[in-house]
Amino acid sequence: MESLFSEKAWMLVWNFRGTFLFGFLNTLEVAVFAILLSLCLGLMFGLMSTGNKRSLKFLARCYVEFIQNTPLLLQICFLYYALSFSGHSIGIVASGIISIGVYHGAYMSEVFRAGIGSIPKGQFESAEAQGFGYAGVMRYVILPQCIKIILPPMTCQIVNLTKNTAVLYIIGGADLISTTYNFVTGVNTGGAYGPAYLVCGLMFFVICYPLSKLASIWEQSLKKRDVI
Amino acid sequence: MTAMIKLSNINKVFGDLHVLKDVSLEVAEGEKLVIIGPSGSGKSTTVRCMNFLEVPTSGKVFIDGTELTVKNRLKMIRENMSMVFQSFNLYPHLDVLHNLTLAPVKIHHIKEKEAEELAMHYLKVVGLEDKRNSYPQALSGGQQQRIAIARALCQKSRIMLFDEPTSALDPETIQEVLDVMVKLAKESNITMVVVTHEMGFAKQVADRVIFMEDGRVVEEGTPEKMFDHPESDRVKQFLGKILKH
Repeated sequence: MESLFSEKAWMLVWNFRGTFLFGFLNTLEVAVFAILLSLCLGLMFGLMSTGNKRSLKFLARCYVEFIQNTPLLLQICFLYYALSFSGHSIGIVASGIISIGVYHGAYMSEVFRAGIGSIPKGQFESAEAQGFGYAGVMRYVILPQCIKIILPPMTCQIVNLTKNTAVLYIIGGADLISTTYNFVTGVNTGGAYGPAYLVCGLMFFVICYPLSKLASIWEQSLKKRDVI
Repeated sequence: MTAMIKLSNINKVFGDLHVLKDVSLEVAEGEKLVIIGPSGSGKSTTVRCMNFLEVPTSGKVFIDGTELTVKNRLKMIRENMSMVFQSFNLYPHLDVLHNLTLAPVKIHHIKEKEAEELAMHYLKVVGLEDKRNSYPQALSGGQQQRIAIARALCQKSRIMLFDEPTSALDPETIQEVLDVMVKLAKESNITMVVVTHEMGFAKQVADRVIFMEDGRVVEEGTPEKMFDHPESDRVKQFLGKILKH
């Protein structure tokens, strides 16, 4: 136990701080773009599955079920290696953003679907009776009311997505988990398991915790209106 | 003269339920029409067919001579119609003022400032100008419904549809809503179609009363005729039960 957290091990991590920072920034980059992608997909498919076009509903169902019931690891391997071997490689980072974004997009879609489904029918009717078309009903009346409801599950997805950037390891990514793993198993740097994983965990915490905190503050401020 | 609203041979079927059976009626411009009848008689569905919240299974709806279709529905609503619901349906994420200005600003492209003036004008009409910054959920049912009426007025439509506007209110606040509606009926030339159980209101403002049952118009006439000398036994029986209380 002593050697696990020895001064020497801490020094080693400190000397290679650039490596950790590099991994941290890569993870952050993939996470940010994948979050944006998953939100866009989630909104799009969420709207499709709550609309009244049967074909679109079916399409959204297929996407959600297919993506949710196969492993993310498989999806990222499929995307990366299938494209690489067919000569259309898009690179590790882009593969990561797309596969993680698409994977969590399926869960986001369910979050949006549940949120929209929880708004009383009268709200849709009231907006329609004022002359709002579908886009207007959604934009000005339904979605603004959804935010409060979908914020907690959405934050949960965003935090999970950030942690799932670890799957980049399988395609040789330079994300935080991969760089940490390479560090502790490296010939010159090996052995400093304790501090390395602690630092790695701390860096994830630094991204995820403020996100959940901010979301819950926002949620509270939205709920204040209800108790006036 | 063309009727402001004309329903011709409207049928509405929900699954196995035949809710409206060949309903035809006309409402003249500026007329105040009250629809009464037992629950499940198709009164609400009739009104909801007038702005295509329910699209009729068969039959035609004409607004001021133009046939209402799924395609021109939004345009027709925007130009002609507003609605007041039983459950108010105010937007809970907006304060009172923005509940009123949303449609004028986003649909009719009126400037924010002008829309607010319009909103304040109609808030005064319903006597709630001091509530402009409140959220709907902080108001009583009666106040919410008066706000909903003001919101409908902000659309400056020629037709106002009322779907049981006082049925969800507690007895004490029904009168404040009825007062606003009576004022509106007497002072404006808006064509009003009101589904209600408030016979006092019907007597006071209706030009014509329609009694519906089982998806059909059973009898119609002036309030005097309908309340004092109804022809059909069913209307007598219905009014007997309602007016006793």
